[in-house]
Amino acid sequence: MDKGRRGKGNTEGLRQELVTHFRGERNSLRREWVHQMTAKRLLEGMTPQETEAEAATIYDTCVECLETAHYDSAEAYAKKMAERGVLRGMTSEQILGGMLTLRDVYGRSLFGKYHTDMARLAAALDVYEPVANNILAVVAMAFIRERENVVRQQQEAIRELSTPVLQVREGLLILPIIGLIDSLRAKQLTEQLLHAIRTNRAKAVVIDITGVPAVDSKIANHLLQTVDAARLMGARVIVTGLSPDVAQALVYIGVDLTRLKTVGDLQGGIEEADKFLGYKVDMVGSTIAAAMKG
Amino acid sequence: MSEETRILIRSEYDIVTARQQVRELCMTLHFSSGEQTLVATCVSELARNIVEYAGSGEIITGLTRNTDEEGIVIIAEDKGPGIPNIELAMKDGYSTSKGLGLGLPGSKRIMDEFAIVSKTGKGTTVTVKKWKKP
Amino acid sequence: MSIPILRQGSYLIASIQSSPSDSEWREMGQQLAERVGKLRSRGVVVDVTVLDLIDSFAARTLREIAQTVKLRGAEPVIVGIQPDVAFSMVQLGLTLGDIETELDLEEGMAMLDAILRDGRTNV
Repeated sequence: MDKGRRGKGNTEGLRQELVTHFRGERNSLRREWVHQMTAKRLLEGMTPQETEAEAATIYDTCVECLETAHYDSAEAYAKKMAERGVLRGMTSEQILGGMLTLRDVYGRSLFGKYHTDMARLAAALDVYEPVANNILAVVAMAFIRERENVVRQQQEAIRELSTPVLQVREGLLILPIIGLIDSLRAKQLTEQLLHAIRTNRAKAVVIDITGVPAVDSKIANHLLQTVDAARLMGARVIVTGLSPDVAQALVYIGVDLTRLKTVGDLQGGIEEADKFLGYKVDMVGSTIAAAMKG
Repeated sequence: MSEETRILIRSEYDIVTARQQVRELCMTLHFSSGEQTLVATCVSELARNIVEYAGSGEIITGLTRNTDEEGIVIIAEDKGPGIPNIELAMKDGYSTSKGLGLGLPGSKRIMDEFAIVSKTGKGTTVTVKKWKKP
Repeated sequence: MSIPILRQGSYLIASIQSSPSDSEWREMGQQLAERVGKLRSRGVVVDVTVLDLIDSFAARTLREIAQTVKLRGAEPVIVGIQPDVAFSMVQLGLTLGDIETELDLEEGMAMLDAILRDGRTNV
């Protein structure tokens, strides 16, 4: 096959011929596509009406891409599908399988049309294949982007769940930290706590790190920064639940113990905070239970 | 670096202009308010160094990007006396003027990238970058 | 435009406006030192609520003002440091030394009341 000899005008003519062909065969090819997808069980979870509407739009959009060599409409459609949550409910097999099936349906139909003229068929595939590949790439990217969005949202939700700032009573916050802390999470924790101090007008904070398995010197330093920043805002911080390892890490980095008030466990920390706040220590357990519930 | 802005630093009043300018730039990148404050504070330190030690100079701000991150770049440039001992100037607590001596090492800590070039009698250029966190 | 200083009972309240110039800082320091003596004030609240950043110059100036006020016989307290400002200060390594800090004006005055009533028993 020799592209050079064919020339540009020839390719454009062929492109238009393919477009006309696909438009003419619209109903039968579309039916064939839906039929094949159903056989491959790719349409599960979709109503016949949804299938009909989506299939028509996707079919026409693909022909439009072939005609114009622009993929804006495909991108716009994929984006809209993502926004409507269509992509979210589908599996990657359904989406990519469906598009690959359409690709085959178009390809087979070209074979049917040109199989008597192999040179013409090769030229037709030259025009058609890059378009089909581009459309697949557009759809796959939209799908992946959507998945990444879902993952990001879930990560955010988990992060918020794992760092609750609780108000035990007026002026007192507790921040039980659970799980490993990296620099990014440590930073978010601090920002969250400092803003909570302001909104709750807190005078004392108990940070409980019983649930933190390891603390390196970087995180230990960060903990100290948090204590200092809270202090600048007028709140005292008490850290509870330091494991032997964590205590050793703090000693190793040479922590200034006059800056850090530590108490053995959360209960003791709250009692200490109460002393500072001038509350009488009484029924601490039930108050925490009430705060956790509320 | 694209869309760079140059701010002439000749007096303490220009320090305020420089940090307002950089805050606006941070907003276009959707830096968190905490990050905006950090970057603006760094600019404040760099601009004050210019006023204190060189008398005048320039703060150049702009956007930068590498393969998958966007960020902000700030260059503080002066033709002042230069820093004779950079190692000493980068030590916490060292200062020959009115600050707390935390301007340079502090700026290095809070930014993602920090580079300083200084020639005695020729001037000083400090370049800092902060990348947008995902 | 200089920094306004109000008198409230035996306290003085200085409300910093956004981005004060070096000379405004200096003037405020002088004014406070003067008035503490003249008005026999027992406490001084410096309110920095509107400051969107505190750099090493501002931190040092606040410390100097507080120390001067103390030498003149009044208790200084700094109030209103915003969350982002506080975090940025500690990351830069800036401190206010042993100067008292409180959440806002109300808490600052309450703390001065407590100190002046009970002596300095505060942690």
